[in-house]
Amino acid sequence: MSHLVLQVDRVSKRFQIGTREPYYRLSESLYHLGNAARQWPRKLWRQGTRCITETEATTRDFWALNDVSFEVREGEVVGIIGHNGAGKSTLLKILSRITEATSGRIRVRGRVGSLLEVGTGFHPELTGRENIYLNGAILGMSRAEVRRRFDEIVAFADVEQFLDTPVKRYSSGMYVRLGFAVAAHLEPEILIIDEVLAVGDAAFQKKCLGKMSDVARSGRTVLFVSHNLVAVRSLCQRVLWLDHGESRDINETGHVLQQYLSDIQRPCLEKHWGTPDTAPGTPAVRLKRIAAFSDNEDPRQLTIGSSIHLEIDFWALEDQLLLNPSVVLQTAEGVPVFNTYPMLRNSILAEPLSRGEYRCTCTIPPHLLNDETYRLQLYMIRDRSACEWRIDDALLLTIADDTSREEWYGKVIGAVRPQLSWSAIPLLSAPETTGTVVEGT
Amino acid sequence: MSADREPNLASTKTHAVWQEFGGGHTSFWTICHDLWTHRELIVIFGLRDLKVRYRQTLIGVAWAVLQPLAQMLIFMTMFGLLGSHPAEASVPYSLVLLTGLLGWQVFAGTVSQGTNSLVLNQALVTKVYFPRICLPLSCIVPPLLDLLVSLPLLGVMLLICQQPLSPTAVLAPFFVLGIILCSAMAAVGLAALNALYRDVGFAVPFLLQTGFFLSPVVYETSALIPTQWRWLFHLNPLTGLLEGLRWSLLGTPAPTLSEALITLAAMSVITVGCVRYFLRVDRFLADRI
Repeated sequence: MSHLVLQVDRVSKRFQIGTREPYYRLSESLYHLGNAARQWPRKLWRQGTRCITETEATTRDFWALNDVSFEVREGEVVGIIGHNGAGKSTLLKILSRITEATSGRIRVRGRVGSLLEVGTGFHPELTGRENIYLNGAILGMSRAEVRRRFDEIVAFADVEQFLDTPVKRYSSGMYVRLGFAVAAHLEPEILIIDEVLAVGDAAFQKKCLGKMSDVARSGRTVLFVSHNLVAVRSLCQRVLWLDHGESRDINETGHVLQQYLSDIQRPCLEKHWGTPDTAPGTPAVRLKRIAAFSDNEDPRQLTIGSSIHLEIDFWALEDQLLLNPSVVLQTAEGVPVFNTYPMLRNSILAEPLSRGEYRCTCTIPPHLLNDETYRLQLYMIRDRSACEWRIDDALLLTIADDTSREEWYGKVIGAVRPQLSWSAIPLLSAPETTGTVVEGT
Repeated sequence: MSADREPNLASTKTHAVWQEFGGGHTSFWTICHDLWTHRELIVIFGLRDLKVRYRQTLIGVAWAVLQPLAQMLIFMTMFGLLGSHPAEASVPYSLVLLTGLLGWQVFAGTVSQGTNSLVLNQALVTKVYFPRICLPLSCIVPPLLDLLVSLPLLGVMLLICQQPLSPTAVLAPFFVLGIILCSAMAAVGLAALNALYRDVGFAVPFLLQTGFFLSPVVYETSALIPTQWRWLFHLNPLTGLLEGLRWSLLGTPAPTLSEALITLAAMSVITVGCVRYFLRVDRFLADRI
C-alpha cells in the first residue's frame, strides 16, 4: 500500500451571513470609534482577524464545511461529488490554501497544484511565453523547472505560432488549453481539478482526461471535482460525497455513485395525496398519486439502460366521466420532448368511468432518454379534447448514464438519446497508396 | 516516459515534507518555506508590472529620469524666487533636492503601487494559492529599477556642481536598503488594509502628498526644524534614512545617535506590525477581498 499524501482532519469552514457584514468600510469602524474610542485600535486589529464584534449576535453562521475528515494515498484519483452548494469548491479552496479553514487541520506531503479555473493566473498584456513562466512561478516552480517543461507545455496547448502574442489576443479556446497545459505539466505531487471538463472542445477534453490518468499513473495524486459522473466513474477509484458541508461517504466509486444517484432523485419521483380534499384537480377528478420508477435494483435510480415506469392514480369523483391522462415530458428548460397518452381501444378508459380510484401506467423504454433532468407535465383530458386540469412539474426525473463508454466521456448532446442501429462496410477495398495511377496498360 | 520519471522521483524527494495548515495551525516555518519556494515570484511579478507599465509608451523608461529632473527644476526655481533654500549652504541645493527626490520616489512608487496590489490581482488571490505577500513585496521592483536608471542623472549633477563624492558614499546602499524596507513594509500593511477597506486606496495619494512635506525631501531638518522638535520628525523613519543618505553621499550633517536609534526603533515597529497584520488578514483574504 502506498503511503499517505494528504490528511484532512476535522476541517470546518464558517461563513457569516446576516443583516450586517462586520465592518467593511472604514466609516463604520469610525462610527464605532465614537462608541469605544479607547478600544478602537484593538478592534481594528481584531476584526481584521476574526469578526468578533457586538454585531455577531445578529449575524448567522453558515457552515460551508462541517467536520470533514479523509485521507488520500499516493497515486489515488479521488472524485468529489455533491449538489451545488455542498461545499465542494470550499473544500478545494481550503486544500489548495486559497482560504483557511475555521477549524481543523490539513497535512499535505508535497506540492499542491490547483486548477480551479483555467487561466486565472494569466496577465492579458503579457505574451504566452511570459505567462507560462508567470504561472509556473505562481505554482511554485523555479525558472529552470519551467524551462525543462516548456516545449512539452507548448506542444500540449498547441499554441506554437502564438507564443509571442499577448494572451489578450488569444481565442478563449487557446486560453483554456494553455492554462490546463501549464497546470498539468507542473508535476505537483497533488493535482486538484475543478470542472475543467466543462470547457474546451471534445478533442481537448479527451486530451485532458488522458493527461489526468497519466498524472495518476506516474504516482501522483489527483482530486477531481465534477458534475460529470461519467468522467468520475471512468477516472476515480474512490469518491468523496459532500452533502450540505458534511461528508456523507467516502468509498469505492461505484458504491458512492449509486447511493448518490438514488439520493438526488428521491425528492422528485413520487407525489401522493391522502384524501381528495387536499389533492390537486377539479371537483370532478383529482390526482391521488404520481410516481416514476425503474427496473433497476434500486427502483428510484433512473438510468438510460432501464425502462422507466410511470404510475398515475386518480379519483373520479363524478359518474360517467370520459377521461384520459396525457403526459408531456419536457427538458429542464421546458422544451417539450414528447407527448404521450393511452391508446384507448381495449382499455377501461374507452368507456365512461364510474366513481372510484383508477391507475394508469405507462412505460418509457430504455435507451430513449438522455442523461438529463426532465420535467413531467400531467394533463387530465375530459371528453377526449377538453383539458380538465394540468399540473406542471408533477415529477422531476433525473436520468443517470449507466452505459459504459470507452473513448468519449463527455456529454452526448440532445434531448433524447435513442439507440439506433449503425453499420459500416468498405466501399473500396485496399485503396492505392502510390501517388500515380497508370491507366490503360 | 521513463526519461521523465527520474526527475519526478528527485522532485518527490525534495518536496516530501509534511506541511500543515488550516484553522490557525499554519506554522511560521511553513510560511517561510513557502516564501522561499516562491522567491522568484516576487521578481516575476515586479517585472510583469514594469513591462505592463512601459508598454505602449513613447519614451518608456526615460520617464524614470524625467520625473525627478522636472521636480528638481521646479523646486529650485521656486526656492530661487523666494531667495533662500531650506538647506545648509555647504552643499549645492540642487544635489540636496535630487537625493531627496530619488529616495522619495522609491518610497512613493512602492507604496502607491503596493496599496492596490492585492485589489488589482483579486482574480489571482481568489483562484490560486501563492504567498500573497509576494504581491506587495514585488512592488518594490519597478521603483528600484527606476532608481538605477536615474542614478546617472545624479552622477551628471555631481559633475556639474563639482561636488566631490565623500568616502562615506560606500554606506549609501545601506540607507537605500532602509528605504526599501520601509517602503515594502508600508506597502504590505496598506495592501492588507486596502483589501478590507477600499477607503485606503483613496487616502494613500493624499497621505503621500502630506508625507512628501513631512519628510525631508525638499529641505533638510537641520536647516528648517527647531532642535527640540526634531525627535518628532524622526518618528518617521524616512527622515533619518533620507538625511543619512545625504550625509553619506554629500557630507551634510549626520543624524545624531539618538535620532538614529529612534529611526531604527520606528523601522522595527513598522516591520513587525505590518507583517503581522498582513499575515492575520491573509488567513481570510480570499473570502473578504
